[in-house]
Amino acid sequence: MTTVTLTVNGQEVSRDIEDRTLLAQFLRDTLRLTGTHVGCDTTQCGACTVLLNGKPVKSCTVLAVSLDGAKVTTIEGLAANGQLHPMQERFRERHALQCGFCTPGMVMAAVGVVERNNGNVTEELVREQLEGNICRCTGYAGIVEAVMDVAEMYRDGKVSQNVPV
Amino acid sequence: MYPSEFSYKRPKTLAEALSLIASDDGAVFMSGGMTLLPAMKHRLQEPSMLIDLRGIADLHGISVEGGVLTIGAATPHAEVASSDVVKSAIPALAALAGSIADPQVRNMGTIGGSIANNDPSADYPSAALGLGATIVTNARSIPADDFFTGMFSTALEPGEIVVKVAFPIPASAGYAKFRSQASRYAMAGSFVAKTGSGVRVAITGSGNDGVYRWSEAEAALTAALTETALDGITASPDDMMEDMHGDAAYRAALVTRMTRLAVANQGAAHIV
Ligand SMILES: Cc1cc2nc3c(=O)[nH]c(=O)nc-3n(C[C@H](O)[C@H](O)[C@H](O)COP(=O)(O)OP(=O)(O)OC[C@H]3O[C@@H](n4cnc5c(N)ncnc54)[C@H](O)[C@@H]3O)c2cc1C
Ligand code: FES
Ligand code: FES
Repeated sequence: MTTVTLTVNGQEVSRDIEDRTLLAQFLRDTLRLTGTHVGCDTTQCGACTVLLNGKPVKSCTVLAVSLDGAKVTTIEGLAANGQLHPMQERFRERHALQCGFCTPGMVMAAVGVVERNNGNVTEELVREQLEGNICRCTGYAGIVEAVMDVAEMYRDGKVSQNVPV
Repeated sequence: MYPSEFSYKRPKTLAEALSLIASDDGAVFMSGGMTLLPAMKHRLQEPSMLIDLRGIADLHGISVEGGVLTIGAATPHAEVASSDVVKSAIPALAALAGSIADPQVRNMGTIGGSIANNDPSADYPSAALGLGATIVTNARSIPADDFFTGMFSTALEPGEIVVKVAFPIPASAGYAKFRSQASRYAMAGSFVAKTGSGVRVAITGSGNDGVYRWSEAEAALTAALTETALDGITASPDDMMEDMHGDAAYRAALVTRMTRLAVANQGAAHIV
């Protein structure tokens, strides 16, 4: 067992965990933040995507014990002051989800796409950079539209804090 | 899926890492964990100790000096892909790094881990071999020509740490790969570089022994770095991998095609 101290969705948490605990399990089982989904558990589907120090990673394949001092943002940490994050809002508007299983990871990865490119994206780039996230329902069309919408808002300065700190 | 139990260590110096690895027969090094952790979750590997190398300062940093680009072993693929230093020194290398896996994996996986693992379908080994890089470890400097010794096998001794990779900056270089539609790993990748000692062509994803140099193409391209120089030259299906994705003849055809594309795309990566 090791004590790990990190910031999750803006709050410092400190827990004694087994060294083998994966970040996805730490979030879901230890912190009871079950918004982060585990789909494949083999680093492929992206359902478990969270932001680690502002960058998307697959939490099923990161050791929680390695994150002392790190900042993690999960889907629960996106909405602020009772308002959905623009990416969540646009996903709703654009019908970018059906069963919703891939959605938390897809939204976190999508936030990463906008951030990494300062909103300067093309449809092709969005599709390419969502390669690590699989959706079995939507056919991706609505998802890509939602990301394009937020990218445009970002360029226009309508999204000031894309990645919460 | 839980990996088996192990103890996690994060040394701050090479000396500390070396004494840890010597202290436990079941200890292994970890960098991004993008190959190791999936293997451990499947219980294909059950180390008793994981030594995370990412806290060691010597394994970080990107710099250019005297015509050589040096990249610290613990540098994630995403950092190489977006580095202005790499983009201006060897643009094809930045583009290759940006074509590995997906953004999430690129934020974790490292160049040192990829090279130490020497997956026969991985991208970096082709750049290291194609550019005639030197792999610098805690103990010595190993030329890429001697480093990659077969599928998943390298010249690293047990307990040896890749510290950095030094790439001589070529006159030009290009990369082309054809990906498996399922895994997105290369089924054939060709890295073509015009170096001080002629053109080098390194092939990944296809050979039974992992990454290799295609000498026939090298000779033709050293005479002239043009697609037409390759007219009439085709890769041999001998020693090509065969699996459910394609047979040896198909892989050989892809190697020929990717090499032509790498010649046509100097300064870039062409991803099919
Ligand atoms: C979904 C997915 C898709 C992928 N697609 C691709 C792809 O298209 N192309 C590609 O090239 N790769 C791909 N990869 C592999 C990825 O690039 C890995 O990051 C990389 O192969 C290993 O790097 P790592 O830092 O994660 O190493 P780790 O998993 O931490 O380690 C791998 C091995 O190297 C050893 N090791 C690590 N660092 C060192 C060091 N400094 N010195 C000595 N030994 C060391 C470890 O002991 C272990 O045996 C993919 C991975 C995933 C999960
Ligand atoms: S659950 Fe982590 S990538 Fe699928
Ligand atoms: S909405 Fe069902 S998997 Fe994406």
